Amino acid sequence: MSDLSTTPPEGYDSEGYPIPTATQPDSEAMRAEMLKIYPQKTRRKREKQLLTNNPETPPEIGANTRTIPGIITQRGCTYAGCRGVVIGPIHDILHITHGPVGCSYYSWLTRRNLARPKPDQPINFLQYCMTTDMQEEDIVFGGEKKLAAAIREAYAMFKPKAIAVYSTCPVGLIGDDVHAVCRQAKAELGINIFGFSCEGYKGVSQSAGHHIANNGVFKHMVGLNDEPDKEKFRINVLGEYNIGGDAWEIDTVLKKCGIHVTATLSGDISYEQITKCHTADLNVVLCHRSINYMAEMMETKFGVPWIKANFTGAEQTSKSLRKIGKYFDDKQLIDRIEEVIAQEMAALKPVQEEMRKRLQGKTAAMFVGGSRAHHYQHLFKDVGMLTVAAGYEFAHRDDYEGRKVLPTIKIDADSRNIEEIEVEADPKRFVPRKTPEQLEALKAGGFNFKDYDGMMVEMKKSTLVIDDISHHEMEKLIELYKPDIICSGIKDKFVIEKLGVPCKQLHSYDYGGPYTAYTGAANFYKELDRMINTKVWKLITPSWKKPADPTIAMGKGIDSPTNKTIREVVAGMAKAWKPQKSAPASSAEG
Amino acid sequence: MSCSSCKPQVGPEEEGKEEFPGPTTNACKLCTPLGACLAYKGIAGTIPFLHGSQGCATYIRRYLISHFREPMDIAASNFAEHSAVFGGREVLHTGIENVSRQYKPELIGIATTCLSETIGENMPQLLHEYKNRTDVSHDAALVHVSTPSFKGTHVDGYHKAVRSIVESLAEAGPENVAGPVALMPGFVSAEDLRHLRELFAAYELPLTMVPDYSETMDGGSWAAYERIPVGGTTVEAVKALGSARAAIECGHILATTSKTAGAHLADKFSVPLHRIGLPIGLRETDRLCEVMGSIASRETPAAVEAARGRLIDAMVDGHKYVFNQRAVVYGDEDMVIGLTSFLCEIGVTPVLCASGGRSRHFAAELRKLVPELPESTIIREGADFSTIGTEAEALNPDLLIGNSKGYSLARRLKIPLIRCGFPIHDRMGGHRILHVGYRGALALYDTIVNAILERKQDTSSIGYAYL
Ligand code: SF4
Ligand code: SF4
Repeated sequence: MSDLSTTPPEGYDSEGYPIPTATQPDSEAMRAEMLKIYPQKTRRKREKQLLTNNPETPPEIGANTRTIPGIITQRGCTYAGCRGVVIGPIHDILHITHGPVGCSYYSWLTRRNLARPKPDQPINFLQYCMTTDMQEEDIVFGGEKKLAAAIREAYAMFKPKAIAVYSTCPVGLIGDDVHAVCRQAKAELGINIFGFSCEGYKGVSQSAGHHIANNGVFKHMVGLNDEPDKEKFRINVLGEYNIGGDAWEIDTVLKKCGIHVTATLSGDISYEQITKCHTADLNVVLCHRSINYMAEMMETKFGVPWIKANFTGAEQTSKSLRKIGKYFDDKQLIDRIEEVIAQEMAALKPVQEEMRKRLQGKTAAMFVGGSRAHHYQHLFKDVGMLTVAAGYEFAHRDDYEGRKVLPTIKIDADSRNIEEIEVEADPKRFVPRKTPEQLEALKAGGFNFKDYDGMMVEMKKSTLVIDDISHHEMEKLIELYKPDIICSGIKDKFVIEKLGVPCKQLHSYDYGGPYTAYTGAANFYKELDRMINTKVWKLITPSWKKPADPTIAMGKGIDSPTNKTIREVVAGMAKAWKPQKSAPASSAEG
Repeated sequence: MSCSSCKPQVGPEEEGKEEFPGPTTNACKLCTPLGACLAYKGIAGTIPFLHGSQGCATYIRRYLISHFREPMDIAASNFAEHSAVFGGREVLHTGIENVSRQYKPELIGIATTCLSETIGENMPQLLHEYKNRTDVSHDAALVHVSTPSFKGTHVDGYHKAVRSIVESLAEAGPENVAGPVALMPGFVSAEDLRHLRELFAAYELPLTMVPDYSETMDGGSWAAYERIPVGGTTVEAVKALGSARAAIECGHILATTSKTAGAHLADKFSVPLHRIGLPIGLRETDRLCEVMGSIASRETPAAVEAARGRLIDAMVDGHKYVFNQRAVVYGDEDMVIGLTSFLCEIGVTPVLCASGGRSRHFAAELRKLVPELPESTIIREGADFSTIGTEAEALNPDLLIGNSKGYSLARRLKIPLIRCGFPIHDRMGGHRILHVGYRGALALYDTIVNAILERKQDTSSIGYAYL
């Protein structure tokens, strides 16, 4: 901050980002083009989910609404959000999926949420994927006995500290009382056992599962151990799942600064850490969508305040570290943080500069998650790339428009399904972390708690915002915008790449990562360079189908101003030329 | 497939104790509709459609995609709580209508999920109602199959969908027309399907494969957006199967069930049916060649003979390396039978043959088809990787043969994993592994021998460079 108050160097903006040289296309026209083929009813719905951005007054977006049957979506189910995303990464409890075999199989280590073996715990339970594997007789006669037997057996095999049970769709219908089975097993076996009613059909996406998971973790795990860690400056990092080792990267930087992580929810986390995470001094929320409930509940019950931060992107990492420093208001810590930032940036700058040269002027679009489509824009900004379109897969309005719209969000039938648990201040354990005076002073200094402003205010005017993007819209986007890279998930990846655009998976990172903090940022820039500048995209059209190379055809004098203009025109034509254009692509409807 | 129906009814607890105690830990099977969706992808212009929650479609897509590295669209009727309670008629109809308009498919391949099966959706009735509606599009043929995952595995879903496709589409043709051979190849790789086509071409036998996803699930890059990737057996071709000159169905376990696509063609249209195994290894490929030869009434083509010759020659050359190696084989039942038969041919001893399938015929078929299988070989059906792991640890094998899910076991035992079957998501080209035919056997053979040599080199203190 301090070093940025001076005039920025040429080509950089006031925040220190290189100014992108690509220009934002006319998104109003693009939007109309994308929407025009939908029949009226579908169009009315999609119009609310496909907007052109205005950062000053973000328009209202129709997020978190059910996908229309027959429209192929990237979204997953409630179970996936609960078992797969939020609780799955806890590595020393056993996870048992109560249901038929598939739901559990598909959530078996597919997210690349990493965990290291611990010295005191040789087994990493993440490699086990347990299910009651319900058979017809269980559906007909009920699966409670089978579940009870599975829990007993699982306990006998592994003697875990806790067991979590997840219900899938059929379980909700046949009416198994999973919670009663868990209570009984808990009494019988003497370990913590709890269930989640996270049947897939309950919500419109995995988002409902996040909420259910937050509630369960809070009810059954948080607050069981009041012994705080001994270290100073204790924080929890919330909404960080250690995909590709992201959490480790953040840990490393925080540790260098002298900030102690009590718990990361829930990347590479142990049961023990969760039970005492309420003893931390501050909650730092990364993925607002998946975990804001937890932050709120911990604040109400135990007095742990929360702030929003982001460790994706170098500038953002520095900003977040400074924010944490400011909260603790400790001179030594603040100085240390500045030292670390200076060190890390000195190492990163040459890479960033090198990659900026290769990437500035390129454009990107991203459709993923409930936070990454926002956070990753900063990594692109770091190297001068322009985000031309972005949207979430399962976020809510507040993730787009900011928390200020929370009171105005309408509750629909799907959201009503999800339990809101009543939380009160704990009579003994509620400890305000700051005095009212300290809070006032912080606020006066521009420090905001619970301050998520959403994606839209940080995006350029006229960027396209597309919630729960459909196939048709993705296809149109590629046709109209020709972004240099698209970030999405595995379900779109190969469609996008077949169309000649590189696609980076931002759920599982393909094989890569980490991408957080400084080292992670360098990884990501290089990955972008690899993907965008690979030669393979130029090899797609065989020589016998290529139009004559204009530069060869024109021979010498090629760089004369007139020829240059001609060359650009011809090259433009060549670019627009597509071999064997197949059936007209304008018949899609929803 | 006959999991619960062909044995006396027992209470769940009793059964749990007797046979499958405790949870399934690291399953060695996937869920039923996944197989159905893959089968549907082998019919040209088809969109698979799951009647149930969107989550199953998403999960199944991501799994098939991680193996094939190709686009894989599956639509869903996207149940909400309301439809789960009151039935999914509305969402099914809206879904079909939307898919028809968006994708203009020739066929919509519908499969049920556990959810719609649990509430007992009457699919024929619901589809009948759709067909009677006047306000919707009727361009696509509708095929449906019942695929609850609490009954059977992905392989069962696959075969059931194949049966449904043939049953709903095949029509009686003109008399005295010898149409193409109907081949039901089983759950094999895209490369396998291509090779089978080549083999039939060598015999100059016209062929209709149900399904054929060799292009839809392993295609080139696109010049323009392909709403439904090109390739697959056409609906027309399946329709014409009523006059197929013969039908061949691959899979010994499949042959233990009566309701198959081949059986339907035989029963309804009197198409002569040949039931063989997956043509993996020498004997099982010989069997396929015999059948092709008899249908075509011709000698084995020279190229095929030559391929067989090369395989035998390689087996002679490499015998010393593979002889008496001990292998653990796991995966789909029919795949394991084929691989086991082949391993015995080349002198490798399968010490454990395991599958997550529960046909109740696995052991008997293995013993019957591979008589040289040592008596001590352990055969497990309904197995998960927890069982396979425990058994394998005691057996001290040299090799693991099966899909990617055995990787952590191979790592634990410090032995090579020869990747075969489905799913393979930790290597490139899992869908291009060739298992079938003499050429497939040869490719497998080279892979196995080389894995053994590599291990020998890696673990040697001297480091032989010349083997
Ligand atoms: S509910 Fe059934 S169909 Fe859906 S993923 Fe689970 S096992 Fe597969
Ligand atoms: S059955 Fe339900 S819980 Fe299981 S994958 Fe499908 S939608 Fe999700």
